[in-house]
Amino acid sequence: MTPPGELRVQRAASDRLQILLSGSWRLGEAPPSADDVQREFERAPEVRSAELDASQVGDWDTGLLTFLVGLERLCADRKIDLEKNGLPQGAMRLLALAAAVPEKKDARKTAPKASFLVHVGNESADFVRSAGELLAFIGDAVVALMNFIRGRARFRRADLGLLMASCGAEALPIVTLICFLVGLILAFIGAIQLALFGAQIYVADLVGIAMVRLMAAIMTGIVMAGRTGGAFAAQLGTMQVNQEIDALKTLGISPMEFLVLPRMLALGLMMPLLCLYANVMGILGGMVVGVGMLDIGLVQYYNETARAVNLWNLGIGLFSGTVFGVIVALAGCMRGMQCARSASAVGDAATSAVVTAIVGIIVSTALITIICNILGI
Amino acid sequence: MDEKQAHIHVEDLTMAYGDFVLMRDLTFTIRHGDIFIIMGGSGCGKSTMMTILIGLKAPARGRVLYGDVDFWAAGPETRDGIIRRGGVMYQSGALWSSMTLAENIALPLETYTDLSAARIREVVELKLALVGMAGFASFYPSEISGGMQKRAGIARAMALDPEVLFFDEPSAGLDPVSARRLDDLILELRESLGTTMVVVTHELASIFAIGNNSVFLDAAKRTMTATGDPKQLLAETRDPTLRLFLTRGETS
Repeated sequence: MTPPGELRVQRAASDRLQILLSGSWRLGEAPPSADDVQREFERAPEVRSAELDASQVGDWDTGLLTFLVGLERLCADRKIDLEKNGLPQGAMRLLALAAAVPEKKDARKTAPKASFLVHVGNESADFVRSAGELLAFIGDAVVALMNFIRGRARFRRADLGLLMASCGAEALPIVTLICFLVGLILAFIGAIQLALFGAQIYVADLVGIAMVRLMAAIMTGIVMAGRTGGAFAAQLGTMQVNQEIDALKTLGISPMEFLVLPRMLALGLMMPLLCLYANVMGILGGMVVGVGMLDIGLVQYYNETARAVNLWNLGIGLFSGTVFGVIVALAGCMRGMQCARSASAVGDAATSAVVTAIVGIIVSTALITIICNILGI
Repeated sequence: MDEKQAHIHVEDLTMAYGDFVLMRDLTFTIRHGDIFIIMGGSGCGKSTMMTILIGLKAPARGRVLYGDVDFWAAGPETRDGIIRRGGVMYQSGALWSSMTLAENIALPLETYTDLSAARIREVVELKLALVGMAGFASFYPSEISGGMQKRAGIARAMALDPEVLFFDEPSAGLDPVSARRLDDLILELRESLGTTMVVVTHELASIFAIGNNSVFLDAAKRTMTATGDPKQLLAETRDPTLRLFLTRGETS
């Protein structure tokens, strides 16, 4: 076992330093660094040349090389002649190899430290630009939709069918679970309050109106944002990474028509159907509580629900559902199309698609509610 | 077709990413029937040059002329029309991964022709056979090897019998024999169809085997330093960078 790396610096003459290396210079054994030599140089500013003697070095690896590179840079900075003796053959050759291609000066990325104001400015400019991109994307999507209505859009009908199956039928189990439980929860919350007044029967009204008018659409929308919106972004993002979208463009096929349009259509068509199904599930959830816990008769609960829920409620719910479907599809496709060319960018695109979709759903719910309130429906 | 006629003419072109200028003052001509090599070291902008030629990225300055038409000054519809008469093979194939090879090749045919489904199937089988992949029609891109993906990419690029074919690093990532076969395929297609070929590559073997015209992009000088037949360039050049590139740095 060789002793650990050791560095000794001594004056050979008034303007000459001798640097002696010995022992094992391995990276894992924390060998001395070039900083130790630098201190010696600073203590003796009149030194003009240095001699390195490495004949006593035992084992060595990158630990020795980094020391040597540091030492060479140090000597070059201080204009000191460095004479190297007794270096292992391999180390000499590696040093020469490392110096063979000179450092590219402009390749190194200098990230200038931006001040707070610059940051705020950049962020605001980014925000404005991304708002512009959003509008441009919506515009492109509308143009694609117009082309579809005129029967001129190019996409594969088979793709539309597959997408409708994947964002319609295959979403049924999760929509069943979520909406059934939401109906159940709403009924529980209502039951405790209403029981105080002996008005348990109005649980049916509460659950029915809440689900049909709003909750079914929102819950389905959020489930679809996570389930389908993220998937759209990941699919299109990966196609971007693989240059598949470039390949479409160079064939003159618009990715908006070929990829975005069928996704938008599929979700826009499937969401109202899913909402309708979610309504039934929510009411069933409420009914389980009403019948099982509050001793309301099955027929009685049904009649009360039918009396409370009118067509306006249903219409507003289905309209909201359609809007949410388009929002989820647009958010997913837009983030996918904007995706950069790396694996982490695909992940970012999926994340950002879900966030955008959920924000869009909540904001549009607020808008729809306010408008309905003003219209008195 | 006149062999000497200019097909694509690049004039005074500057390519840049934002403020970062990649290459400036590029002027060269690709003639009909050429196998034109865009060569240079890594990171010199070869692939970017191609994205400009195929209409995916606008140049910062300068013109690209297809025949007499100014490619980037023309409207998007003219540009689409020009690009549709070209085919592109991307570095990794860029086959649409959700479709089989047959569907990949059929899509441009279904989009731009009125051929019946049966005729399209015949064309697809022919194109696959041309690149040596008969019988793979119902495979998905993920089920075949990288070299096969590239060849299928060529079959798709050829689907509409283009006037010009672009290849991005055709032999990158291929073993020497497959790379050689791909070169032979490119030569053969040029001979039999008279297609103009634009090839982005830094594989010396390919450059000398197939190229009859070229442009050399010098990453350090940020401009082109030579254009012409690569074999002639090797014989005549006095530029040390180009000589180093064309000889793999081996001094003779």
